[in-house]
Order: sequence, then C-alpha cells, then structure tokens
Amino acid sequence: MWKWLHPYAKAETAYNLCYRLLPYFSWLAAITLIAGSIWGLLYAPADYQQGDSFRIIYFHVPTAIWSMGAYTSMAICGMVGIVWQIKNAELAVYAIAPVGAAFTFLALVTGAVWGKPMWGAWWVWDARLTSELILLFLYLGVIALYNSFEDKRTAARAASILAIVGVVNVPIIHYSVEWWNTLHQGASITKFDKPSISPDMLWPLLLNIAGFLFILAAITCLRLANQILINDARRPWVKALVEQSSTEATSLVKGK
Amino acid sequence: MNPRRKKRLFIIVSLVILLGAAIGSMLYALQQNIDLFYTPSEILEGKDLGNGKTGAKPQIGQRLRIGGMVVEGSVVRSETNLDVQFKLADTGPMVTIKYNGILPDLFREGQGIVAQGILIAFDTIEASEVLAKHDEEYMPPELAEKMKGIKHVKPKYEEGAKPAY
Repeated sequence: MWKWLHPYAKAETAYNLCYRLLPYFSWLAAITLIAGSIWGLLYAPADYQQGDSFRIIYFHVPTAIWSMGAYTSMAICGMVGIVWQIKNAELAVYAIAPVGAAFTFLALVTGAVWGKPMWGAWWVWDARLTSELILLFLYLGVIALYNSFEDKRTAARAASILAIVGVVNVPIIHYSVEWWNTLHQGASITKFDKPSISPDMLWPLLLNIAGFLFILAAITCLRLANQILINDARRPWVKALVEQSSTEATSLVKGK
Repeated sequence: MNPRRKKRLFIIVSLVILLGAAIGSMLYALQQNIDLFYTPSEILEGKDLGNGKTGAKPQIGQRLRIGGMVVEGSVVRSETNLDVQFKLADTGPMVTIKYNGILPDLFREGQGIVAQGILIAFDTIEASEVLAKHDEEYMPPELAEKMKGIKHVKPKYEEGAKPAY
C-alpha cells in the first residue's frame, strides 16, 4: 500500500492526479446536488411539525457533516506532513482549510436561519452550537497561522500542529447533543440505528450529503493543484507546463 | 519506520491524547454548567449526580433555563393580554411557567420547550424567553398520524373566540 502511495509524494504526480480527478468530482457534485436539491426542496413531503421549514435540513446537515469531515482530513494531512515530512500533505492542510471554514460558516448560518422560526432564536449558547463556532475559529486560526510566516515550511508545520490539536473538538461537536442537555436535537442518521427520518425525506438528504462531499473534494483538488504550482513555480516541470500551455494558446490565436 | 519519524509520531499522538484528557476532565468538571437547562425534576429535587447523590437545588431569584414537555391541558391564556401560563414536566414533577409574549410556532401541548427566566417560587418560573425544542424525527403528516395517532394542526384563532387550547 505504501509503495502505491509513494509516487504521490512527488509534486508533479500529485498535481496531475488532482487535475485528472477534478472533472469527475465536479460533475458528480453538480449531478447529485441538482438532483438532491430539486428532490428535497420540491418533491419531498413536508414535515408533520415543521412544515416546509424543515427543508433547510438539505443544506444544513451536509455542510455541518463535512465541516467536521474536512477538519478531520485536514488534521490527518497535518499529521502525515509532520511525521513523514511530505510537502504535499502540508500543502493539503492549507488547501482544505478555507473550504472547511466556508462549510462551517454555512452550517452556522443555515442553522441560525432554521433556528429562528422553529426554536424562536437565531442563536443559543448550547453545547452543539458553541462547539461548532469553536470549529470555525480553529479553521480561521489555521488559515491565519499559515499566512503569518514568511517561510512556508515553518508556516505549514505551525498550522498542522494547530490542526492536529484542534481535532479534539470534533468528537465534542458530535457527542455534545448526547452528553449534555441542548436545545439542538440529536442525530437523525446514525450508522448503527434505523434513521429517524422517513425514507422519502432521507434519500434527497443522502444525495445532498454526497454532493457536498464531491464539492469539497473538487475544490480541494483545485486548491491543492494551485498550491503545488505556486510552491514549485521555479521548477523545470512547471516551466515546461507553462510553455506548453502558452504555445497551445498562441496556436489557438493563430488558427483563428 | 525510521526512529526520527517514530519519535515525531509519538510526540504528536501523546500531544493529542494529553490534550484530549485535559479537555475531557475540564468538561467533566464543568458538567453541570454546560447543560443548557435544568429539567423540572432537577429544579425540585436537585441534579442527579449518579451514585444516589443529588446536587444543589437552584435558589429562588436565580436566573436559569428550564427544559421540559408542556403538560397537556395546562396552558392557560389570558383573555385580555399576552399572559400565558403552563406547566412543564419531564418524568413526573411539574414546574409552572409564567410568560408574557409571543410563543414560537412550534409551541404546542406535549411539545418540548426551553424557557429562560427567574425562579420566583420553588416551583414557579417567570420566563423572559420561551424557545421550542424539536426532536430528530422527521416524517410527513400522514405518517405521523398513523404512527403517533396525533394530528398536528396549527391552532387557528378566530376573532373573539377562545383559542382551541
């Protein structure tokens, strides 16, 4: 398995992989998100208590799940970067961070918009909401730390350590609704139990959860590829790439 | 794995474990304060700390939040203003809530709610805010009727008529 992974430690191979995967992820994201959103917003039945307002679940739950998923993968990249000193993993930390921060922000905003009509409050300082807000601050901390060092290797190491340490928050977010009394309700979908959401509401939700995962993967691929290019800007393989694309561009112009 | 990598891995893993333990014990110590609300039985009998012990009961005059189910048939509305009074229960003991204001849409008898206010008598709370809590079950109305035997309809107010509940 390690033999199979090793080539991707090389910048050029990782860059090519990112660019090969990008269209697949983008198309999958577009298809699942369009299908899931139309199904969820127009065709899924209204909830018995909350009526149509519950439909914001189709954006709130996927962004919230992947805000935690992105953080965990960012921390794993950070660990790989620090332990095995693989530069691509360090770049991946910075590639994921802003996407995860955006997901966390969306989860908080959709949650507030849902909370106002249903609970009667935009924001309550309960354990679930507070720990999710801390997650946003952790993301912002990782981004800020990465940008505050001139030397990018030092920056990546500092940001990775913060990312790894912050991973303690992820189980707290997940279990907060079970450990403490919260206004936020428990999980509707769990691995081991029958989901407590009726199947015709669940399917579009699963589609959107998959869709947001593909979006996360697509944007991460794009950002990682860019980070690799910036980092290796003076390397011959990047120069060759630039020359190749510029000759293609000029031939396009001439052909016209 | 070469020794330098092993050492770095060891440092990182122990860092996460130590930090996890530190935060874990901190949260354990703060256990009572992280709960968003008291339940009615905690207000009347003190918080159950396990092994038969109970924690301190809240003082009269204390600001607190309480969460519980609205007892069926306990909602009393004023004819002239927004005053409303109802009872909250969890496992048995009941606490009375007095509130003046607009209740959230999801407020119904049998619904879980969280109220913030001041304890004015040992079992009465003057609430300044009432929030509705909902559970993690989502289903279409027809299914809810079949499964739970309840029909959730929003209360309709006719002019001059007394509300349905």
